[in-house]
Amino acid sequence: MLSFIARNSIQKVITLFFVSVISFLVIYLAPGEPSQVDPLNPKFTPEMVERFRQQFHLDQPLYVQYAFFYGDLFTGKTVSWKDNQPVLKKVWERFKNSLWLFVVGTLLTWTLSFPIGIRSAIFRGGMYDRSATFFSYLLISIPGFFFAYVLIILVVTTLHVPVIDMETFGLGDPPWYRWIMDRVWHLLLPSLLGATGGIAVLSRYVRSQMMEVESQDYVRTARAKGVPEEQVHYKHALRNALLPFVTMFGLILPGLIGGSVIIESIFAWPGMGRMAYEAILARDYPIVLTVNFISAVLVLIGTFISDVLYMVVDPRIRL
Amino acid sequence: MKAYSENYFQKTGMERPLAPRETRWREGWRLLKRNRLAFAGLVIFILFFLIALAGLFLTSGTKPVFDPAVVRLEEKLRPPLSNAKLEILSSDRVPRLGLYLFGTDELGRDVFSRMLQGAWVSLTVGFVAVGIAVLIGILLGGISGYYGQNAMRADQIFLGAVLLLSGGLVLMGITFFGVVLLCVGGVLLVFFQWVKKRASKGVETAWTRFLWMRAISIDTLIMRFVDIMLCFPSFFLILTVVALLPASIYNIMIVIGLTSWMGTTRFVRAEFLSLRDQDFVTAARALGVSNWRIIFRHMIPNAIAPVLVSATISIATAILTEAGLSFLGLGVPPPHATWGNILSDGKNFIFDAPWLTFIPGVAILIVVLSFNLFGEGLRDILNPRLRERS
Repeated sequence: MLSFIARNSIQKVITLFFVSVISFLVIYLAPGEPSQVDPLNPKFTPEMVERFRQQFHLDQPLYVQYAFFYGDLFTGKTVSWKDNQPVLKKVWERFKNSLWLFVVGTLLTWTLSFPIGIRSAIFRGGMYDRSATFFSYLLISIPGFFFAYVLIILVVTTLHVPVIDMETFGLGDPPWYRWIMDRVWHLLLPSLLGATGGIAVLSRYVRSQMMEVESQDYVRTARAKGVPEEQVHYKHALRNALLPFVTMFGLILPGLIGGSVIIESIFAWPGMGRMAYEAILARDYPIVLTVNFISAVLVLIGTFISDVLYMVVDPRIRL
Repeated sequence: MKAYSENYFQKTGMERPLAPRETRWREGWRLLKRNRLAFAGLVIFILFFLIALAGLFLTSGTKPVFDPAVVRLEEKLRPPLSNAKLEILSSDRVPRLGLYLFGTDELGRDVFSRMLQGAWVSLTVGFVAVGIAVLIGILLGGISGYYGQNAMRADQIFLGAVLLLSGGLVLMGITFFGVVLLCVGGVLLVFFQWVKKRASKGVETAWTRFLWMRAISIDTLIMRFVDIMLCFPSFFLILTVVALLPASIYNIMIVIGLTSWMGTTRFVRAEFLSLRDQDFVTAARALGVSNWRIIFRHMIPNAIAPVLVSATISIATAILTEAGLSFLGLGVPPPHATWGNILSDGKNFIFDAPWLTFIPGVAILIVVLSFNLFGEGLRDILNPRLRERS
């Protein structure tokens, strides 16, 4: 177990190194100079461009720039090119906002998809199963931005609740219950939209897992010896069907940062995705690279956790 | 091999070899017709293909049948199925049939023509991007599954690194050092050949042993590369690259293709690993069939089924990604219509002109849904375990 962890972490660190190199190269080799962030701005004289290039080591060879960038990143000294704010502080601010969407979205995904999937598997081939299947395909296929506008129209015209941004603009200082309801309404739609794809995929997966386990011999044995149907489903079958999902806890971690660029832009939600999108448009490379790096770290930690969890739950895997 | 004639069987009294009663295609077709959702998916897919093809011809050229570019400011935001006001339009700006089938947008352009034009974009982006991804996937997966166990020698790795570095330097614009390094690589190639030739005469030193050290297998190398690529948040990476490159439809196709080949590689590798040890491959090898022929004639046809399924579903994903990019304003540059940017322009008029949002949205939904349903149906059909049960 320990040797597995050690080997795995070394491998992950090497992977991370290559990820950092590739993302650095992709961004720095792309056409267009970062020093031309704002070519139309008359205040951007050639001298300023020169100073800008010196300040951020852009006149050095590429590998020196690489060393400078990641050195700064690890010591927390990287600053945004746009406003000279420390990048890590900016990321942290936005991260706190995205965390809300992530938590609510994940809760929705995991609490909704299990009942749907289990019911589909128990009544397989029936009306419920078939409509659930069709709806899950529908949810996978619907473009997120289109669905967002459909939901916005529905909510705004029927319930007359504002949903854009994190809280209603100019709400002032309302009583606490109004404030909470306002926050909940603003949170609900974007996190639901973020969860739709997850609900559709996960419920299909739960269904197929459940069906796989229910067709096994020990479940038939349980039925044959007269165990009540409820107990067969929930005690014998479900417990074993849950096994692969334990590992998926690790894999939801990257969702923390990926979030959704599109959903956050539509709802004007000041989260990570939107910050990254704005940084890309503004060619603010430190932020783009930092977000990329953090998300790669999260992916690696996620796969690591899921590998370890799998070994803990499933004794057959343990080497 | 000579085909046996009818006579032969009569003379010898041997029974004719029994061919399967149904060909594979026939059987697939029968199963597909039974799976109603998948069949509907296929029909919609063919319809979409025909519409996109027709759209390409009807909306391009100097005098297109449906002109998506005509601006009629007098007629902006007309609802679907409304007739054109013939009295205020000059004759060359009257829409075909004199009516706006899907209404007009904020510049008075005919949404029906724009949708027709956009269909081709969605189709080509989906197919070309997935085509690139599948090609890379089959190539890398095939190499890693078939030649995987062969370890790379230190000299090969060194040579590869030098050539890659020189190529990179040339691309970066440091031409001088790049060309120098390229020459060094060429010299090394000749040198290694020479060392090999000398060593084959029995001269083996510590030096050649170091050069031929078995360092790392190709399989490990490719799979680690897949791991690295999987670490990138894909939509974010696509967004970054597309934003940095000049806006063009080809860049989008290439970028989507280059960031989505990892699944196919893993599939093909797994299939190849299991096929390589099967008897028909061993037999082919015993007959002296060349490696390439084994790969292309014997292994790929057997490994292609799961690749096709995942490709069908990836086309759906690619279409969604393109629409998302267009929606964010990073897709195909503006005068050209795509479903994503029709929706993106229309969102500002969502309460006055909901058709500008709903028509492209529903169109994307239907097309993507058809690909998903057909892909899942195909998976069921190609899965023999499920076939027996039905």
